[in-house]
Amino acid sequence: MNEQTQNTLTVAGVDYQSRLIIGSGKYKDFQENLQALENSGAEIITVAIRRVNLGQNADEPSLLDVISPDKYTILPNTAGCYNADDAVRTCRMARELLGDHKLVKLEVLGDQKTLYPNVTETLIAAEILVKDGFDVMVYTSDDPLIAKRLEEIGCVAVMPLGAPIGSGLGIRNPHNIRLILENAEVPIIVDAGVGTASDASIAMELGCDGVLMNTAIAEAKNPTLMASAMKKAVESGRESFLAGRMPRRQYASASSPIDGAFF
Amino acid sequence: MNIVVNGKPQELEAMTNLQQLLEILQLGKGRIAIEVNGEIVPRSLFQETILQHDDSLEIVQAIGGG
Repeated sequence: MNEQTQNTLTVAGVDYQSRLIIGSGKYKDFQENLQALENSGAEIITVAIRRVNLGQNADEPSLLDVISPDKYTILPNTAGCYNADDAVRTCRMARELLGDHKLVKLEVLGDQKTLYPNVTETLIAAEILVKDGFDVMVYTSDDPLIAKRLEEIGCVAVMPLGAPIGSGLGIRNPHNIRLILENAEVPIIVDAGVGTASDASIAMELGCDGVLMNTAIAEAKNPTLMASAMKKAVESGRESFLAGRMPRRQYASASSPIDGAFF
Repeated sequence: MNIVVNGKPQELEAMTNLQQLLEILQLGKGRIAIEVNGEIVPRSLFQETILQHDDSLEIVQAIGGG
């Protein structure tokens, strides 16, 4: 595998130059979202599926008028679903909405306070969706056994949380992420928990294949600048992982030679 | 006759089809997906789907989310 290949994120047979996936929630307006998307370099962007507002101005642009599915890969999510049935139903609506679109982000939540995944319902939904021909990128806990099980079911990417959704607490359990990576044969993408650029770098330095984030960019004081910071953080974390860090030492190791000292 | 669209009652003339309903609701142009009584109706069938009294519809779109 050459470096170029290693620097491409491949999901469901499609190569992406960017390893950053961003969300479209919590932005001031569509324009700010689009500018953040452009600055982030992300090629995949998540969306939610919700009821249309009846009586809304028919000429008002919608999200997909501003963020074009012709230019970006739209990743519909199942946010807000607390059981497998609702999640499967949401994915089917998304497939119809986007014109036979197979790539989805499955998330089945278990609890409103933590938004932790309901893993048993996630497994049920993943089985149904994979059988139904979907390419499933799945949000899950950082449990290595569950991550492997989701891969075995046929999910195209497994996306463990770094910390609760929207918390910005960073990668709370790098050890578990490492254990997941050790056994993975599909892309592992940290989804949720990143708060700032260094968190994204840490995820990538662990060897993750990508990072998915929404709030870290959208709730930054300057979202479009943070989007640019995240692009660099993901790239530098990836390069750092590929480069291989120096060993840690207990004591100092001088960088300037002793030989040739004239004092 | 009466139907329910996204949880709200909607009065319609008998024999209205799905495409006509979308025009009434000014949703003709948008990227949407529709369930009628829990079953997705593909866009190609909007014209020939005649709505019935008491039908329950969900009309969805993509919005911002993470």
